[in-house]
Amino acid sequence: MTRDSAVRVGLVFPELLGTYGDRGNAVVLVERCRRRAIEAELVEVAAGEPIPASLDIYLFGGGEDDAQVMAAAGMCASRLAIDAARAHGAVVFAVCAGLQLLGSTYEASGGRILDGLGLVDLSTRSGDGRLIGECVVQPDASTGLPILTGFENHGGRTTLGPGVTPLGRVTVGRGNGVDGVDGVLADHLLGTYLHGPALPRNPALADHLLAWVLGEDALTPIDDQLVDRLRAERLHDAQLTGLAARRRDWHLNRG
Amino acid sequence: MRTAAALLAGRAAGWVSRATGRGAGTQVSGRVMLAIDPQLLTEVARGRRVAIVSATNGKTTTTRLLAEALRACGTPIVTNHTGANMPAGVAAALGRDPEPDVAILEVDERWVPKVVDPLDAEVLILGNLTRDQLDRFGEVRSIATRWRVVSDTHPKIAVVANASDPHVVWSVGAHANVTWVALGAPWRSDAATCPECAGLLTWSTDAFHCDHCGFTQPASAYRLDGDTLVTPKGDVELALQLPGDWNRMNAALALTTAIAYFDADVTRALGGMRAVEVVSGRFSTCRLSDGRDARVLLAKNPAGWTEVLRWLEPRAGAVVLAVNAHIADGRDPSWLWDVPYELLRDKAVAASGERALDVAVRLDYGGVDHIVEPDPLRAAARLVGEVHIIASYTQFTHLTRESW
Ligand SMILES: [Zn+2]
Repeated sequence: MTRDSAVRVGLVFPELLGTYGDRGNAVVLVERCRRRAIEAELVEVAAGEPIPASLDIYLFGGGEDDAQVMAAAGMCASRLAIDAARAHGAVVFAVCAGLQLLGSTYEASGGRILDGLGLVDLSTRSGDGRLIGECVVQPDASTGLPILTGFENHGGRTTLGPGVTPLGRVTVGRGNGVDGVDGVLADHLLGTYLHGPALPRNPALADHLLAWVLGEDALTPIDDQLVDRLRAERLHDAQLTGLAARRRDWHLNRG
Repeated sequence: MRTAAALLAGRAAGWVSRATGRGAGTQVSGRVMLAIDPQLLTEVARGRRVAIVSATNGKTTTTRLLAEALRACGTPIVTNHTGANMPAGVAAALGRDPEPDVAILEVDERWVPKVVDPLDAEVLILGNLTRDQLDRFGEVRSIATRWRVVSDTHPKIAVVANASDPHVVWSVGAHANVTWVALGAPWRSDAATCPECAGLLTWSTDAFHCDHCGFTQPASAYRLDGDTLVTPKGDVELALQLPGDWNRMNAALALTTAIAYFDADVTRALGGMRAVEVVSGRFSTCRLSDGRDARVLLAKNPAGWTEVLRWLEPRAGAVVLAVNAHIADGRDPSWLWDVPYELLRDKAVAASGERALDVAVRLDYGGVDHIVEPDPLRAAARLVGEVHIIASYTQFTHLTRESW
């Protein structure tokens, strides 16, 4: 598949939704295009500006309470543009606060229930205690993706509506904090609680998003040996963390 | 009697700690003293004029510069110059040196509210509030809130504060006795929303304003402009030996305090600050196996890393990036993606520390050639010529063997 224009990777409201190095996700998408001689550009949508309909990939990152409320207002105001872009095949990738904003409602500080974009049927309430640590997700088989590694840090508990597919099953950590799953998976839309950021640690996930835009055939192999070493190290570390957590739970359950 | 016993026991513990090589000893001796006498802070501060310096970045340097400025004016000073900035460290520093009437104390930003009353502090010097360890969610906001309580409940305390930092300004609230100094805001990404109403802040070249609630940068009698501190009595050229923009900001805050609060003579105060070359190991050296010395710099958070990289960029030499991810470093090194490592493209670079591979992947996507060597001293030895090691907190304390 050939394109007559550069792939436009949109970093939405980085001042508000960039708490956990979320810019890295955009950098990785652009750079993986360039390494394949595919033109790509990083488009930053500043907070307070309308989100354009002309982007190929919309990145919604993580953010703290007040910032999330401001971001939600801006995203809802640009809802028509996002819908128009998605109707033409644009991709949405959302992390943490961004994932929560994909749903119908989320809980802001002080227990207020606020509206999200409502692109998928999910809702988020805050739970007891923040979920912090290495997180490992076995992705839904339909994706063909290898195991995913990341670091989670959030207080939300996200419940998926009936028939909604999670990104995958959590093997270490908590993910959505409900039903042992993480994130959400829909047509040209993917959400997760994984920071790290997620795409530098999981190049196959980055390519999965790019395939939605460019088609599988465009994705010639890239030398990922360095990232593979990082992944092996992180997965090993997470296994140890997971083992320690299970041991702790076992002792607690015993009394 | 109890206090004397506590001081003695504390000094003994500090001596044992130093002698056994477990660290600089200050924290240990302070902890022992506080365990023996919880009133100790009050006891050791009694009768002294206490100034508290706090910020996310630069508090050690600001403390040192202010202390040297006042010493140069002939005022004997007691200070916690090793950077031991928790109550134990503060108590140890005061206990060790009972003579001076004026105490210039660096205090960890989370501990300010707890020590203001025991120390009966007279002046608060507030620098900046930026994101530090990432897994402490909501940290900037919560510290600003706690500082705000101090301002609101201590109407008589004097405040010298950075007018360019929205969180600092908000934390001072409607306090009447404030000397503002506009230090400029090179790191805005932690201040996108208004601390008062959570609306979006508008930034002009050097000032912020909230269009929603009117929260705005206060007018400042003191202002840093390049290397010049603009004061009501005329312009002052800083001309420090300490490098970098961030040290100018620290110096401007210290000098404003010295002249506006302590009535210091500008020329003598400046002389004291200009004599400072190194601050408590923020610029230390360590010996490599081949006999060369590598310079070691501490960078604790994205703002700090960015400042250090900007300072390094025009300089010759190779660079080791030594990153850990323990609690004190932040367990999630995703902040690596907020730091412009692209500035190092023309240098010889090593990705190092326990999280060398995270650093390496970041450098790879940033187009920075590098080697990967988890041991920073070995990494430095593999690079030619002058070497700077930039280290996260636990790497830094390990390399410089300072326990604070
Ligand atoms: Zn406001």
